Amino acid sequence: MKRQGILYCALALLFFCAGARAGTLDEVKARGKLNCGVTQGLAGFSSTDASGNWAGLDVDFCRAVAAAIFDDPSKVNFVPLSSKQRFTALQSGEIDVLSRVSTWTMQNDTALGVNFVGVIYHDGQGLMVRKKLEVQSALELSGAEVCTNTGTTTELNIADFFRSRSMPYKIVAFEKSDEALKAYEAERCDVYSTDASSLSAQRVKLAQSEDHVILPDLISKEPLAPAVRQNDPQWESLVRWTLFALINAEELAVTKANADKLSRADAAPGVRRLLGAEGDYGRAIGLDNDWALKAIRAVGNYGEIFDRNLGQQSPLKIDRGLNRLWNNGGILFAPPVR
Amino acid sequence: MTRADAPPPSLATSPSRRLLGRAVNAAVTLALGVALAIAAYGALSFLVFGAAWSGDVSACRATDGACWPFVAAKLKQFVFGRYPDDELWRAALAMLLPPALLLAAFLARRRVGLGGFAAAVLLGLPLSFLLVAGDGALLAPVPTEAWGGLTLTLLVSYTGIAASLPFGIVLALMRRSSWPVPRWLAICFIEFWRGVPLVTVLFMAAVMLPLFLPEGTSVDKLARALFAIAVFASAYMAEVIRGGLQSVPENQVTAGRALGLGYSQILALIILPQAIRSALPGIAGTFIGLLKDTTLVLVIGLFDFLGMIQLAAADPAWSASTTTLTGYAFAALVFWSLCYAIALVSAYLERVTAVGRR
Amino acid sequence: MEETGRAARFWIQAALLAAVAALAGWLIFTAWTNIGRLPVHFGLDFLSEPAGFSVLQTLIPFDERSTYGRAFVVGLLNTLLVAAIGVAFATIIGFSVGVARLAPNRLLRAVAAGYVELFRNLPLLLILFFFYFGVLRQLPPPRTGFEFGGAFLNNRGLFLPDPQGGGWFLVAALALFAAALVLKSRWRVLAGVGAAGALMAAVAMTHIVWPEPRGLSVFGGLRLIPELMALVAALAIYTAAYIAEIVRAGTQSVARGQGQAAAALGLTGLQAMRFVVLPQALRLVVPPLTSQYLNLTKNSSLAVAIAYPDLVSIFAGTTLAQTGQAVEIMALTMGVYLTLSLATAALLNWQNARMRA
Repeated sequence: MKRQGILYCALALLFFCAGARAGTLDEVKARGKLNCGVTQGLAGFSSTDASGNWAGLDVDFCRAVAAAIFDDPSKVNFVPLSSKQRFTALQSGEIDVLSRVSTWTMQNDTALGVNFVGVIYHDGQGLMVRKKLEVQSALELSGAEVCTNTGTTTELNIADFFRSRSMPYKIVAFEKSDEALKAYEAERCDVYSTDASSLSAQRVKLAQSEDHVILPDLISKEPLAPAVRQNDPQWESLVRWTLFALINAEELAVTKANADKLSRADAAPGVRRLLGAEGDYGRAIGLDNDWALKAIRAVGNYGEIFDRNLGQQSPLKIDRGLNRLWNNGGILFAPPVR
Repeated sequence: MTRADAPPPSLATSPSRRLLGRAVNAAVTLALGVALAIAAYGALSFLVFGAAWSGDVSACRATDGACWPFVAAKLKQFVFGRYPDDELWRAALAMLLPPALLLAAFLARRRVGLGGFAAAVLLGLPLSFLLVAGDGALLAPVPTEAWGGLTLTLLVSYTGIAASLPFGIVLALMRRSSWPVPRWLAICFIEFWRGVPLVTVLFMAAVMLPLFLPEGTSVDKLARALFAIAVFASAYMAEVIRGGLQSVPENQVTAGRALGLGYSQILALIILPQAIRSALPGIAGTFIGLLKDTTLVLVIGLFDFLGMIQLAAADPAWSASTTTLTGYAFAALVFWSLCYAIALVSAYLERVTAVGRR
Repeated sequence: MEETGRAARFWIQAALLAAVAALAGWLIFTAWTNIGRLPVHFGLDFLSEPAGFSVLQTLIPFDERSTYGRAFVVGLLNTLLVAAIGVAFATIIGFSVGVARLAPNRLLRAVAAGYVELFRNLPLLLILFFFYFGVLRQLPPPRTGFEFGGAFLNNRGLFLPDPQGGGWFLVAALALFAAALVLKSRWRVLAGVGAAGALMAAVAMTHIVWPEPRGLSVFGGLRLIPELMALVAALAIYTAAYIAEIVRAGTQSVARGQGQAAAALGLTGLQAMRFVVLPQALRLVVPPLTSQYLNLTKNSSLAVAIAYPDLVSIFAGTTLAQTGQAVEIMALTMGVYLTLSLATAALLNWQNARMRA
């Protein structure tokens, strides 16, 4: 009798866990919050102020997704992750969206079980050195020791760059970027290397930031992109088109301030489709038709987000460069909503 | 806690030897004295004389010493993390409640007995968590992401010690059991958790746990870290308690039986009190270890006391060459005081509980 | 317990076993289905793919074309290296401090006690950061670094003249010397002569590679990176505080009567310590000492915080991030630590059993 009881218990447990699986969107809705993986602190992309409020480009993107789903940009749970944890956290279901300055590479896109939805920031890897080294170009760095983060493409790009030029080098890879910077500051390394955008944010943390110079060379292309798990096409579309909607909004001059008005006014057809006044575009991704309106209303268009976090309105004052719209001298290009 | 004992009786006998002994002794004293003086001078000139005591970041940039204004400006963040400003009293109360209740139970021990201690432990910790988390009605809820700093460090260690004591006792009893199945289960459990580094366990708990649960189940990150630390601490505690159990002579069981007591009575009334008393230094050691190990929750993105200090030290507004070192010095001061206080309390308890033995 | 009947005893244990097995089975089954659902290829084949990164310190040749499997070995060797050096230093410091706590000199006793209380009550991570960032800041850059007798010390590390060529003869000499200490009479003489011969051969064959400052750094020679030195220092100093307490407790438990007996025989304090007290204390000291050694080894996984390329950093860090094979990598990593732990425990049990017999 007892033995049978045990058997039934075991079977019951097995059935319990083999229950039907809901899609990511349903899970997020049921939870009432979006779980968004961000950095552990990188000014301009995702960092917290003293009272714990998250801010940055990556953060605002997750807010936009949350707003598109819940019409409330605050319904996000930000999960700070180190670079070595990020893909594992996405695979395991710990987070729904990875919005964490992650480079879109073939390996990352194919072998890790995640899909990148589109480029949110076109970056390249830069190098910072001390001025007193009197180095003008990355090509003079033979024998250099390079401080950087572990578990990123940075490590690999450095390897490629030095190896292809047969220059000896040593890589000193830290778990956290602040520690890498501190070691560089203590002159453990000749070079500190990371994405060019982060480089300027990191430089202001140095005690004598004017003693350091960012070399003009970019040694790689780093298309930074949000990522989702590979197994949910609908969720992937939702996240991808939220990104495209923000970029399209800038192109169509839809802003945080005028979005509501435009959605009611007799605007251009492209604007009407984007804001859900025309067509039935929301249903295919499981949302209402005014999903993009909700997102733009909450965080603004791509240009506004950029300016607020990285551009002229931010302490970083990063030039938009490649990240201008395609019709404005940049390469930022989103497929149309139609 | 142990004190250095009095010197062993002088072993040198002949006068010439004694003289030589004295010369060596003097030389050692002198050398140590000089070394200590140099170390003390270095430490004091960094911490006190050369330090910036007031002003802002420019005062810190002007000196090679510690940057105390940084600590003053960020102290709230160090202690409470990102806890909302209006609710700080809750976090402060939560930090003090468990030790305060235990102290009360200890002072009134003649009246409340062992039950009082159990009640203090059972009430104190949940009450602390309720205070910090909020109940949604009287107290506004505060999400765990906002918990941090010393509050988090203490709450994690309290949980670790409160959970590891009962589980440690059970595991230790299982390991000493004459029944093979519980014994081997306990051995496997204990040796597994003692054999792997905490960093890897925390990594598993932080990002891989959802793989081992049915899809869609979500457990709070802090809860998972607490669980991982509690399990980890239990394995170590089990070995400490086992040592205590071994120190209780076998004949005590026989004596208990002669009095007609059952197994559970013998355990609760005779063996455990003695075992725990003799394991007290080990228990205090585990507690100190826990407190120190909470610094590792940093690797899973929770900001404990040390994590908050590091975070604050990366603030561009306070970028000076000694900011980080000042933060570390302050962290060392606080951790050391806390751990030493635990050690002193444990030494005191040992003295008090040893009364019956004299 | 004896009151419980045999049958009940069997069934309770069977139920317990079944419950645990069911829980384990459920966890494994869930993980299996969840992993199956992931679009990630599950298995160990990634170990034979090229890694593409380089490692700061390698004991075996490793470059960007080497495989992840080799990266695993490199990380493991680095962990073992830091553990071995750390254990050696921790033992030396720990025994010295432990004995010093019982020394006749009052100041020495106080300093030793202060050492123990200071380092036992600080988090290891903090000590590690302090040694790395605090000391690194004090060291000069390579161009203005210290030089003494062909060795260089700067913030890139310690560069020592590297004797090369006679390595195996040196090992043989050491082995024969050790044998000479253990063996008796004729064999001892033979081994001693062999050791001397091997040593001479080693010296004759050795040529020294001198470190040479060039460009941005120092090249050639034997390099000890600052990460290794900081990690060893932090681990050794931290663990030594615990070892000192173990040694003190062990010594005290035999010191009283034995010390007086030794004094009666006319031995000096140090002699009594060396020939009477320590040998007896050692028996009590070995089990807790071993567990401290294991702690040190596990604690070396904090290396990742200061960029020392140990197993957790290289394999459970860089490799995991690049391949995404989290389950396999974590299992392998934890397996390594577990094996080290269990092997040591087994060795200790065997030793204990032999001593009792």
